[in-house]
Amino acid sequence: MDLDLTNEQNILKATARNFFKRECPLSRMKELKEDKLGHDPELWRKMAELGWMGVMIEEEYGGIGGSFLELAIILEAMGEVCYTGPYFSTVVLGGLSVLSAGSEEQKSQILPKLATGELVLAMALAEPGTWYGIPDMKTVAIVEKDSYIINGTKLFVENGHIADYILCAARTDNEKGLTLFLLKGQSPGTECNLLKTLGYDKQCQVVFDHVRVDKTSVIGRRGQARPLLEDLQEKAAAAKCMEMIGVMQAAFNTTVAYAKEREQFGRPIGSFQAVQHHCANMVTEVDGARFLTYQAAWRIAEGFPATREVAMAKAWTSKAAQKVTALAHQIHGAVAFCEEHDLHLYYRKAKAAEVAFGDTRYHFEKLARQLGL
Amino acid sequence: MEFRFSKEEEAFRKEVEDFLNKELPPDWPEKSMHWPGGYGSIETKDEERLRIIKRFRSKLAEKGWLTIAWPKEYGGEAHSYMEQAIFDERVSYYRAPGMGIAIGIAGPTILMFGTEENKRDWIPRIAAGEIEMWLGYSEPNAGSDLASLKTSAVEDGDEYVINGQKVWSTIAHLADYAWLVARTDPSAPRHKGVSFFIVDNKSPGVTIRPLINIVGVHSFNEVFFDNVRVPKRNLIGRENLGFYYLMTALDFERLMVGIGGFKRVFEQFLGYVKEARRDGRPLGKDPRVRFRLAEIATKIEVAYMFFWRTAEMLDKGLVPNVESSVLKLTTTELSRDFADAAMEILGPYGLLETDSKWVPFRGLAPRGYLDCISATIGAGTSEIQRNIIAMRGLGLPRK
Repeated sequence: MDLDLTNEQNILKATARNFFKRECPLSRMKELKEDKLGHDPELWRKMAELGWMGVMIEEEYGGIGGSFLELAIILEAMGEVCYTGPYFSTVVLGGLSVLSAGSEEQKSQILPKLATGELVLAMALAEPGTWYGIPDMKTVAIVEKDSYIINGTKLFVENGHIADYILCAARTDNEKGLTLFLLKGQSPGTECNLLKTLGYDKQCQVVFDHVRVDKTSVIGRRGQARPLLEDLQEKAAAAKCMEMIGVMQAAFNTTVAYAKEREQFGRPIGSFQAVQHHCANMVTEVDGARFLTYQAAWRIAEGFPATREVAMAKAWTSKAAQKVTALAHQIHGAVAFCEEHDLHLYYRKAKAAEVAFGDTRYHFEKLARQLGL
Repeated sequence: MEFRFSKEEEAFRKEVEDFLNKELPPDWPEKSMHWPGGYGSIETKDEERLRIIKRFRSKLAEKGWLTIAWPKEYGGEAHSYMEQAIFDERVSYYRAPGMGIAIGIAGPTILMFGTEENKRDWIPRIAAGEIEMWLGYSEPNAGSDLASLKTSAVEDGDEYVINGQKVWSTIAHLADYAWLVARTDPSAPRHKGVSFFIVDNKSPGVTIRPLINIVGVHSFNEVFFDNVRVPKRNLIGRENLGFYYLMTALDFERLMVGIGGFKRVFEQFLGYVKEARRDGRPLGKDPRVRFRLAEIATKIEVAYMFFWRTAEMLDKGLVPNVESSVLKLTTTELSRDFADAAMEILGPYGLLETDSKWVPFRGLAPRGYLDCISATIGAGTSEIQRNIIAMRGLGLPRK
């Protein structure tokens, strides 16, 4: 057992932390919330230079060939500054799909450009009325000669508005199985509308109206996308947990520092037992979430089955992030209940991350199945 | 990062398992009526059970594992904290008796702080499993605030004379000696005037009175000391350093949370739920039941994480201030939550006690529901643990 990062991983963590603190402070994230792109292309370029887009991409495709743990460390650092941008949808959702199921041609087409930061990817799964997991879909792809014609409406397509490619799951003809397509972001017939959300992220509704794609744009095998997507969702859930760990840790650190310094009744509020116990409960949640999440990430990195561990991590971390950010607000009191203050960014981020890739109830149900119930 | 045991650790774990399979009756874990985390459901009356425990202890001593954490020169095996943790986890998973006060607390403290005479007097007998002790800490007016203890030890010739009262003295009536903390300098600051003594239960002036706990078990006692004369050589280490010893010796206790018991009892309960039906439907298909059990499974996993982390930090020479208190806090709160979940899931059947005709899960749930009250109180309440985490761990100010 060794629950510490390796030296190299610690260096990556420190580098990522310093980078995001310097290049992407919370104040910048607030400026970007009204921005059309929703992110800072200059920051994106710098991240690419550091090799972070290609963290899990093999060297032959221009990446650095790291493991899921290295990706996890970068995501944790992003969480600490509530980073908003296309990293998750591009590197985690799009990148991992192409890496695990893409054809040689698709890999050569996507991965090198992804690694250099030239591409933004988005993933289109959910539809109006669907809940968590990989739902049954109404979006359908009909064969027409060498093409598919795609029709349907997708929701919660993060960064769909700026995506160079959208990975879209659909039924093919009348088959029950799902197929994953790699679509050009602005293909004729695609209409993208931003959805305003509590999370300050760029969620979109994307309508595909007779969008024509080449048959070669299928990722993996026709009708066989479900296991691929389920595997992706598992990794994405673990990755989201890592982001939440960062969010929670930062909100917690800020809060403990504030409790030591803020005075009422002539003494620091952190000397009051009521506040101390809140803090003790917070650190229990944060550290518990961290260990569960790192365990899940480690298992994914090692290629071990991780369904049970990811379900535990996502169930626990989602709830923990709510509790910790809510207590952070309680301890800060009124001062943080204004837009100018940064704390609500963590609170928002935690909520958005909770519902991404399944909430606590969803993952406890997954876990119950793992327990043989 | 490595979330698994090394090859050596795996081999050691297997060795421990083989030993437990050989030396305990096969149905032992299924018969245990101890609720994980609780202090009050330890069986003390069943003669057959006590006999098996005694035999098991002597086998442990033979194997050298009774003193698994001790240094080699005192008959120990000098295992790493991680190996001790693996040992504790397996032993508690098999619901085997824990190591007790003499082996777990008194021995290591004497080894670390005792005089040569102390070591000669006590170490061989403790290491052989010949004597058992009870923990003489709490008093009627010194619970969470242990430093306010009043039991006094006054020097008189070659002896100390002890007067006072201890309470919540677990199995004092079955043990041989008190591992006692008493005030030796009433004029010194509270933390600087107490010392450790070993006092023979048979000394004139010692009166042990049973306290029947809410489970109905005689686990606790009150013990009165009325001019009890103790030889000076029974003072452990130096006078007035008792609190210092107490705080330093905490490391030995940090891993003693009976972690494996939670996993075992959970597995047993899960087994019951998978078989049971309610209103014609499998109990395990109820969404609320599924949620609660998944939640408990996750809490057990979190507790395990803090358990391994504490052991690992101790091996790395780090001080697990936050982690070990969080370990105590999460396991004991889990003790309560698990009991609560079990009772909720069993509904009216959860009220039935062991001998009732329709009792599910051998009546462990109602016993746990009562005993779990003690979990978050004994050995430092949850509130005290949170104080420690906040002040020692997070550096929040005292005033």
